[in-house]
Amino acid sequence: MCGTCGCGEDDHITYRKPGEYNLFHSHQHTHDGTTHSHAHDHSHEDHGHQHGHEHSHDSEHGHTHSISLERNILSKNDLIAERNRGFFEGMKIVALNLVSSPGSGKTSILERSITELGEKLNCAVIEGDQQTLNDAERIQKAGAPVIQINTGNGCHLDALMVNKAMKSLDVKQNSILFIENVGNLVCPSLFDLGETKRVVIISVTEGDDKPAKYPTMFETSHLCLINKTDLLPYVDFDMEKVKETALKVNPRLEFIALSAKTGEGMNEWYGWMQALKG
Amino acid sequence: MHELSIAMQIVEIVEEEAKKHDSALVSAVHLEIGTLSGVEPDALEFAMEEAVRHSIVAKAELFYHYIEAVAVCEECCHEFKMDDYFKVCPYCNSINTSMLKGKELKIRSIDIQTK
Repeated sequence: MCGTCGCGEDDHITYRKPGEYNLFHSHQHTHDGTTHSHAHDHSHEDHGHQHGHEHSHDSEHGHTHSISLERNILSKNDLIAERNRGFFEGMKIVALNLVSSPGSGKTSILERSITELGEKLNCAVIEGDQQTLNDAERIQKAGAPVIQINTGNGCHLDALMVNKAMKSLDVKQNSILFIENVGNLVCPSLFDLGETKRVVIISVTEGDDKPAKYPTMFETSHLCLINKTDLLPYVDFDMEKVKETALKVNPRLEFIALSAKTGEGMNEWYGWMQALKG
Repeated sequence: MHELSIAMQIVEIVEEEAKKHDSALVSAVHLEIGTLSGVEPDALEFAMEEAVRHSIVAKAELFYHYIEAVAVCEECCHEFKMDDYFKVCPYCNSINTSMLKGKELKIRSIDIQTK
């Protein structure tokens, strides 16, 4: 069963650069009979193998033991996330996990950012979507190295996907790595990717109750970009109400209102990133 | 649908631990789930039914210990229960608060059978 979405098939995550076939498939390990190791880092079912042990026992009586684990369920993801984080720190890479609902303008913000200061900030992009290379092609046109992760039916990126993707992307030292998560304001909030900062993006056309409806994402983010400010005259969107609601969930959240179309507010966003680069 | 990936993580960790202790049967799994962990109890319990199938956890009794969320106010130092993510201090109305518990997503313990 797929570990990401629970569909009947094996994992079917693909990693592609524009113009390339799948770089590698996520099920690249082999199983050799019953002696395979459990070093793989994602879950399986339906492989039909048994976890039987081979040694003999002196006693045939069964015993029950209680084992205290106190183990975080997402510890495997968190461990890989910390490895990613260590790599980013060592390479002086600022990794930004961009989360939002579909259509808030994540890719448009990236396109403009890359076009306006791609070389200055040394940008690279990991694109996450269920299907298609569309976003990766847009980013490549804008002029940044990019790899597309297609999660199949999966609703979020996890640390392992980012780990694999960044290895083939060959991210340079002192760069900014944008990780554009799957458009979804729910699931990605639980999965640490090892990012330096998490940026939640909403747009004024979505309504001003997003932080009330999807508080987890705002609770775990550091910065909130409010996009499409050029459309403010045409929609009922109360900027102050959004900020007030989001701050009740996360009092440390920062805000930048901008328009990827007109460029309004983009300098503030660039400044925020440059401050992170130090 | 992230509950299913979480359920499958639970089964994978429990299987590994049981194997470490030479056990081929898990009889109980105790889980700690914070009420604000981002996991929907119904969805997780449903996903667990599917995830344990064909595993050594299949016959285990599953115990869900739900942990009520508590926050502390950094202005007046009062602790208060959180019903939702809007952690405004009910004593002084400050929004400068921190969550103390309620985000747990943990396997507390397992009971395993050994020969």
